[in-house]
Amino acid sequence: MGKLFERFPDPLARLIVVVLAMAALGAFAYFVLIPKSVKDVEMQWADAIKREKARPIKYAGFHVCEECHGEIHNKKKTGYHKDLSCETCHGPAKAHAENPDKTKPVIPTARTFCPQCHAFNPSRPRGFPQINPVAHNPLKPCSSCHNPHDPKPPTTPKECSACHGEIARMKAVSHHVQLECTVCHQAPQQHKVSPRSVKPTKPQAREFCGKCHGKDATDKLAKNAPKVDLGEHGEKYVCWQCHYPHSPEVEQ
Amino acid sequence: MNPEIIHSLKELLPQIQGYIYPNEIEIHWGLLIVVYPYITGVVAGAFILASLVKVFNVKEVQPLYRLSLLTALAYLLVAPMALVAHLGHAERFYEILLTPQTSSAMAMFGFVYAWYLMAVLLLEIWFVHRTDMIDMAEQSKGATRLLYRALSLFSKDKGERAVTFDHKALKVITIVGIPSAFLLHGYVGFIFGSIKANPWWSSVLIPIVFLFSAIVSGIALVVLLYMIITPLTGGKISMRCVDKAVDFLFYAVIVDFSLEMVDFIHRVYQSEEEIKILSEMVMKKLFGSLIIVQVLLGMLVPLLLISLTKIFRKRFGLNEDLRKMVYFISVILIQFGIFATRWNVVIGGQMFSKSFRGLTMYKMEFGGIEGLLFAILLLALPIIILAVLMKILPPWKEIHGEGVSEGVEVAGS
Amino acid sequence: MNGRRSFLRGFFAVLLSGGAIEGVLKLFPSKAHAKETARTGKWYGYGVSVDKCIGCARCMDACKNENNVPREPFFVRTWVERYITRKNGQTTVKAIAPGDEAAPEAASDKTILRSFFVPKLCNQCADPPCVQVCPVGATFQTEDGVVLVNEKTCIGCRYCIQACPYGARYLHPVTHTADKCTFCYHRISQGQLPACVEVCPTQSRIFGDLNAAASPMSRFLRMNKIHTLKPGLNTEPKVFYANLDGEVR
Repeated sequence: MGKLFERFPDPLARLIVVVLAMAALGAFAYFVLIPKSVKDVEMQWADAIKREKARPIKYAGFHVCEECHGEIHNKKKTGYHKDLSCETCHGPAKAHAENPDKTKPVIPTARTFCPQCHAFNPSRPRGFPQINPVAHNPLKPCSSCHNPHDPKPPTTPKECSACHGEIARMKAVSHHVQLECTVCHQAPQQHKVSPRSVKPTKPQAREFCGKCHGKDATDKLAKNAPKVDLGEHGEKYVCWQCHYPHSPEVEQ
Repeated sequence: MNPEIIHSLKELLPQIQGYIYPNEIEIHWGLLIVVYPYITGVVAGAFILASLVKVFNVKEVQPLYRLSLLTALAYLLVAPMALVAHLGHAERFYEILLTPQTSSAMAMFGFVYAWYLMAVLLLEIWFVHRTDMIDMAEQSKGATRLLYRALSLFSKDKGERAVTFDHKALKVITIVGIPSAFLLHGYVGFIFGSIKANPWWSSVLIPIVFLFSAIVSGIALVVLLYMIITPLTGGKISMRCVDKAVDFLFYAVIVDFSLEMVDFIHRVYQSEEEIKILSEMVMKKLFGSLIIVQVLLGMLVPLLLISLTKIFRKRFGLNEDLRKMVYFISVILIQFGIFATRWNVVIGGQMFSKSFRGLTMYKMEFGGIEGLLFAILLLALPIIILAVLMKILPPWKEIHGEGVSEGVEVAGS
Repeated sequence: MNGRRSFLRGFFAVLLSGGAIEGVLKLFPSKAHAKETARTGKWYGYGVSVDKCIGCARCMDACKNENNVPREPFFVRTWVERYITRKNGQTTVKAIAPGDEAAPEAASDKTILRSFFVPKLCNQCADPPCVQVCPVGATFQTEDGVVLVNEKTCIGCRYCIQACPYGARYLHPVTHTADKCTFCYHRISQGQLPACVEVCPTQSRIFGDLNAAASPMSRFLRMNKIHTLKPGLNTEPKVFYANLDGEVR
């Protein structure tokens, strides 16, 4: 210590002593006193992963229900609801799966339950079956006509509007309100069973719209329809490249 | 479940304009995080002022030397309190020292802070006061004597070798201290500026703007303290000193204002996607704090006032009291302006949604740890600590202009 | 003169070393995340088909059930946004809630040009900005690509919440730690699907191992034009969107 004070000026020597003492204390605290779990971050991650994995599971998963509820499962397998998990409607059922008699999942019967998915909403995708929950068979529970596990409507809808609600509602307040869907589209029966694989037909040529809108249109329906010269109107485009047929816009 | 949190969030619901992500309704960095960069800013600014004396030999501001060092220390001690108080788990704060993540600016800042505190500020203050502490130890008795002995690390050497070393060390420390002070507050700016998710913060200029507004607030605060403390302790304000300090303050405000103007012009000119929601936020939510307080009252008015004292030098030169009043008003306005700057950066960055489609609101509490009361306490605490420090290490000889203190560079050494 | 020279020397010394230190810090990123895609083992990803979502919000409900998320609307691990673009070009967005009234419009709104639902959740980024900024290593990326929060070590500084560009994180009001979607890590490590994927009635949400040869996830990535959220921020999200509209942020 004395040598330190000989070699270095007094203030520097004292500082060196203090710094060394602090370093020693710090090293002792870090390496000896502090337990590994506090300073090893990888150990903490491993613990966190273990804890995360041990969290309780509430939803049993779509395979589990089949073990006991085989007939319902088979029924659902071919219907419109085949992509739904049982727990989508019945809520978390892990507790029930482990102890079937102690807890039972919910069976939703209220009329407010099904419209959560099926009420009309213009943001819902095309072709998704939608109804107006106020006007559609008011007061009757949904399950009195539709079996939730095979929700075919009691009669095959003749109207396209059952699934194409957006288009039907749009058309209903447009100039084309008097046109049935079948005037322009032919839908084979199979379309109602496999809607995404078997599609209705669509008009292909300008002459189709010309049946009502051409200068020499003779169709009964075309009496008051606006007429254009098909040869000059609309350059090289087909009609629906500009006009939306379900709600045709016309420039004033 | 804390019903207060839920209640205050419910109150915010009707205040939302447009669309915000559902999780964004809670503003996470509130008043405490506004106070924090204000405090570290003062530290950096006060230290730069001190270094004007030591490194750049600006003798006129000598009376402010010890005062700025002690101010820097007082504020530096309070800064981490704001941060730790804000944590969800304040009791786990030590983790930032034991398992710091090297990619996190916040973690690395802990070490920058520790470096600045230990290796720069405390060392400099110690070297400046060492011989004074020896003297005071000799003149006192009992516990006070023990205090001074301990503070001087039981040194008794006032010989030439030791004193020369003191001077040399001070030189080196201050030289190292200037970039360290830049690093200290620039790092705070970097913590904000490196968040690419937030276009109000994410900018190369933010660390620089933070730094210069820090210098402005630090110099202004030390001048303010000098102007209050000197007459209170029976001294006379040296106009030579204040004039020179305000000179530097003036240049700093010009640079700060120019930088902020550059940032503003750049954003408006480039007109990127976020400009719509940001301008809506500035005009609707930040109009008072940004246009009025930060720019007008905090920068333009002080600039105008100080320029007036320069332009009408003859008139003001005669009337010292008028000049003093102008300076006094300016430095107070600057404090509000810089605090508003911090507010606009921190709170402003959270008031618009990252979807760029909506605005929310910050509701300041009155009580509680994030409340106004606690923030005022934290802002007052450094003054109290400063008073204690000045009791232990009195800077009066220097402030009142008598004699030459240890810090002055003697020509030829 | 001497003073100024030595000052400049010292200044540049500290500047260079400081700059070098900062540069080195970025070169050795925190051990918390593995930037390379795992070539062996699982690497979880998620798919969202925007044009299948019907906005029923059952996913939001299931998530809150499964993960004990506070019921209040201020804390969500997953949510669904409803976009309406009108003919005048204005787009409005709203977050839907499980108890919402069925759309008030019974008839179609003629001013609507496009309208759709977009499910959102934590993107479990491959280069997560939240992990980069966590000061204590409380949030980290597992080897199978899920970003988790260690609620025992999180100090609640909220830096990760600020750093997330997607609004996926929140501060849990009970534990006072950061919280977010974990892909239902406790479920997927037992071979089950996350709760939101489990209950989605239209298979709008898909989950799987990005490394698997044949899975709904690989088909999704093959058959669709894929987009991610905020790709310009280079977070490399692992939630992939099919048919994402340009209005979505």
